[in-house]
Amino acid sequence: MLKVIEFISNVAIPFVILIIVVYGLIERIKIFDCFLDGAKEGIGIVYAVFPTLVGLFVAIGALRSSGLLDFIINLISPVLKLVKFPTEIMPLALIRPISGSSSIAVASDIMKIYGVDSRIGLMAAVIMGSTETTLYTIAVYTSSVGIKNTRFILWASLVADFVGIVTSVFVCKIMY
Amino acid sequence: MLNAMWPAFIICSFSFAIFTGNLSELNSSIFSSTKEAVSLSITLLGTMCLWSGLMKIASKTKIIEKLTHVLEPVISYLFPQIDNDSEIKNTIAMNVVANILGLGNAATPLGIKAMKLMQEKNINKDVLTNSMATLIVLNTASIQIIPTTVIAIRSSFNSINPTCVIFPIWIATIFAAIAGIVATKLFIKFGK
Repeated sequence: MLKVIEFISNVAIPFVILIIVVYGLIERIKIFDCFLDGAKEGIGIVYAVFPTLVGLFVAIGALRSSGLLDFIINLISPVLKLVKFPTEIMPLALIRPISGSSSIAVASDIMKIYGVDSRIGLMAAVIMGSTETTLYTIAVYTSSVGIKNTRFILWASLVADFVGIVTSVFVCKIMY
Repeated sequence: MLNAMWPAFIICSFSFAIFTGNLSELNSSIFSSTKEAVSLSITLLGTMCLWSGLMKIASKTKIIEKLTHVLEPVISYLFPQIDNDSEIKNTIAMNVVANILGLGNAATPLGIKAMKLMQEKNINKDVLTNSMATLIVLNTASIQIIPTTVIAIRSSFNSINPTCVIFPIWIATIFAAIAGIVATKLFIKFGK
């Protein structure tokens, strides 16, 4: 079973790349010109997010090195232990729906402290990949049409985030 | 949001460090953090360029249109109110497909276009319709085949196998999406 999962994970990227390239050839697109256009946009994305990352890495690093983060984690750990939720992941779970770049900083911090291939590090990666910056998404979509009453969507989205995080933790506990 | 969070993080942790005498660690972390941001960004730069390039090719082909047809029945089930409007249905399907392929740049404009089309038919312009709510929840659940950013972060920390998280991410993201949709349907049914 684990072998199959590993195989699927390993084959996913080459497979997607192959399909895109073959499809582009079939439809006679100037593939490499197109690739270069897109790659230039990729530089722009990283360039735009870099200053945010510097600012947040310093802030999150300060939270960790000052001992404040561990202090807060210790405060809430009795509650989390009751439900068997790993306390190390808590900061990521809290910040994930609020800010995309902050959660990149927090996830990197967790991977650095506990090891990128450790169970905790893998949990952080799976949470990052399976959830979205909920508040930002809601804001963009509702403000685009000037909606004032968003009804229940915040709660429904947070339910999705919560289930995503719990599933991530559970899947990693079984697999790794 | 960050305008409030960032100073709060800095002020709280700096005063905590002074209070507990952790100042030397704090000092070294300030400068090592900036270095980490640089090394992560450099790794991100490679992955982002490669992936944005590939996705540009994908967006020029008819892959999205083809996958849209496969999704038709699912969309009809999720959005019962718009079943007779093919333009809205198509736009929503394209938004979902773009999300799944990780075409963030294409997905958001398509989603907003779908929102605008639905708003035209909305009787009460200030309140979300059921279909609009479903679309937003679907977008916050982020179903993605290749989680590029996560893989880039993992390789920047020299992981043995950066891509081994792909399958677990699929499982978690599918559960999250189902939970979001079920919650939405329940909220709609029991009126709120």
